[in-house]
Amino acid sequence: MPPTTEKTRTRGAPQRPGDRIFAAASTGSGVLILVILAGVAAFLVSEAWPAITAPAEDIPGDDSFVVYVWPLLFGTLLSAFFALLIATPLAVAIALFITHYAPRRLAAALGYVIDLLAAVPSIIFGLWGVAELAPRTVEPTRWLEENLGFIPLFEGPASATGRTILTISLVLAVMILPIITSVVREAFLQTPRLHEEASLALGATRWEMIRMAVLPFGRSAIVGGAMLGLGRALGETMAVAILLSPSGNVSFNLISSANPSTIAANIALTFPESSGLTINVLIASGLVLFAVTLLVNMGARAVINRRREFSGAN
Amino acid sequence: MRRRPFARAVALTAAAALVLAGCVAGGDDRPTVTRGSLTGELTGAGATFPDPLFQEWIASYTDGVETGVDIDYQAVGSGGGIEQFLADAVDFGSSERYLQQGELSVAREVRGCEAVQFPVLFGAVVLALHDDALDGLVLDPDVLAGIYDRRITRYDDPAIAALNPDMELPDTEILPVHRSDGSGTTYVFTRFLTTEVPFWAQGYAEGTDIDWHDDTLGGEGNEGVTRAVQENAGGIGYVNQSYALANDLATARVVNEDGTPVEPTLEATTAASEEATIPDDFQFNIDDIGGEGYPITGANWIFAYECGYDDETAALVRDFWTWALTDVEADRLAAELGYAPMGRELKRRVIEEIGRINSRG
Repeated sequence: MPPTTEKTRTRGAPQRPGDRIFAAASTGSGVLILVILAGVAAFLVSEAWPAITAPAEDIPGDDSFVVYVWPLLFGTLLSAFFALLIATPLAVAIALFITHYAPRRLAAALGYVIDLLAAVPSIIFGLWGVAELAPRTVEPTRWLEENLGFIPLFEGPASATGRTILTISLVLAVMILPIITSVVREAFLQTPRLHEEASLALGATRWEMIRMAVLPFGRSAIVGGAMLGLGRALGETMAVAILLSPSGNVSFNLISSANPSTIAANIALTFPESSGLTINVLIASGLVLFAVTLLVNMGARAVINRRREFSGAN
Repeated sequence: MRRRPFARAVALTAAAALVLAGCVAGGDDRPTVTRGSLTGELTGAGATFPDPLFQEWIASYTDGVETGVDIDYQAVGSGGGIEQFLADAVDFGSSERYLQQGELSVAREVRGCEAVQFPVLFGAVVLALHDDALDGLVLDPDVLAGIYDRRITRYDDPAIAALNPDMELPDTEILPVHRSDGSGTTYVFTRFLTTEVPFWAQGYAEGTDIDWHDDTLGGEGNEGVTRAVQENAGGIGYVNQSYALANDLATARVVNEDGTPVEPTLEATTAASEEATIPDDFQFNIDDIGGEGYPITGANWIFAYECGYDDETAALVRDFWTWALTDVEADRLAAELGYAPMGRELKRRVIEEIGRINSRG
């Protein structure tokens, strides 16, 4: 900052009060965000410390903190991973349709609807999941159990209520769809027109053009968008809290009634009735989630930055 | 013109003196105050279970009894109520369990004097059923524990049939529903099972949030449990009595200590509060209820301190809770919302205990 102001002064541009106030305000905001992040991290660490160092018998479940948080972390990662697995291909397909297949007017409307989906509060998705989606998954999961039961994911016994990790993943997939779609769509739109036209001119069909020109160009945006979506899926609280019927299990079985809970939902559900060390334990589990989402976001940023350098778009 | 501000100042001084006098009058151990003389603000936090009633009580008290006061109760949960009380963040706390020795000694350090705790109302936990035809189904503690442990999985199980010889029991699978959030309701229910059933005490124990059997269903809040019970054939779930009454749910009768199956009515809950033996320190659990009492019953405690309030707040804390326990209107509101008022003798003892609030200044 200082060199810039020096430069301006030597050039003789007068420093009006407005300039100074605006510079101070924006610098202050920039510093504030760092202070807030550092403050949150410091709070989490200091509040989590008693739980991490506490003797095992004081932790809920009479076991060490790692044993307490492990099933929750597992549930968080499992549901978010499958949500991503469902949402990413769908988001790429939607983005391709909007950018390359749909008539212009339809594309604009569809893009608008997708963005609208991002504005729906998560509690609405939770209510939809518990009232509409969950009962409708019962029959399909029975079929999965009978026909694909040899795959550990569908081992069963199928839940009679549909409130399973599979349903959670479906709801989360819908919730993260808009984020991934909009990131990917922007990248696809930036595909150099000349690349596309060149491949068409060389005799490529539209699909071949997309495969050779658009997808390679957008690959890192797909990864980055997926990471952003993953970050949201990991931290989703309300929808999971309403929908999931948790029971501290660690299993890859997606359709049974024995589901691991997630960190965020577990905090929301048990915090109000907790006191003493249990609160520290919950905050420590929050610290774990904080670290995981931070890593995911940093990963996304790294991927997106790499794309900026190598894509040739600039 | 000139004299007007002066006159106003005189009037203000007089008013202030009157208010002060009112506070001093309320500063005695006896919570006798002239109606309409109290001022100030009161903040409380705690259990969600009595929240609807507390809000009604507060509205009725601040609108019709002491219009000059402001009372704010935040339903942050039982655990939150204890936390905030021990952090000295509120004037009174509320919880579905009493403060135990460890917490009482923390409280002693907070203000340098004892904490005062007393029950203000009772609530039963009832078992809501999906099938209206099963209304009045008789269950005893062993069968209940068996249902939640999935040892008993059908309504026509011999153990249930033995308790209900006259009832046509369907061949439906039982789906036990529990709270997925931490809750005082869960504490009352699991405490009942822990006291009555040895295998439950070993395998599950009691708590606001326990490790349930995998094949049970979790629902968030009374609403979540009720919805799960209503949506799933064979559903059975435990909810607050007030909630079951408000929603007109089919409920089970539960066998009490004397072997009598008791329907969960408000009278049966009050009877349970009279059956319970309550020590002078008000640290009690409502176990082993017999007679006409409904056995799965819990109480709600209020916590305050023996010292550290200013006179205004102290008078207000004492008067509000005395009013809530003695006024006809307060009792009427409780009955209307499905909470059981306490028996006469217990109320007398509690009011005596309320006198200890701020007794050491």
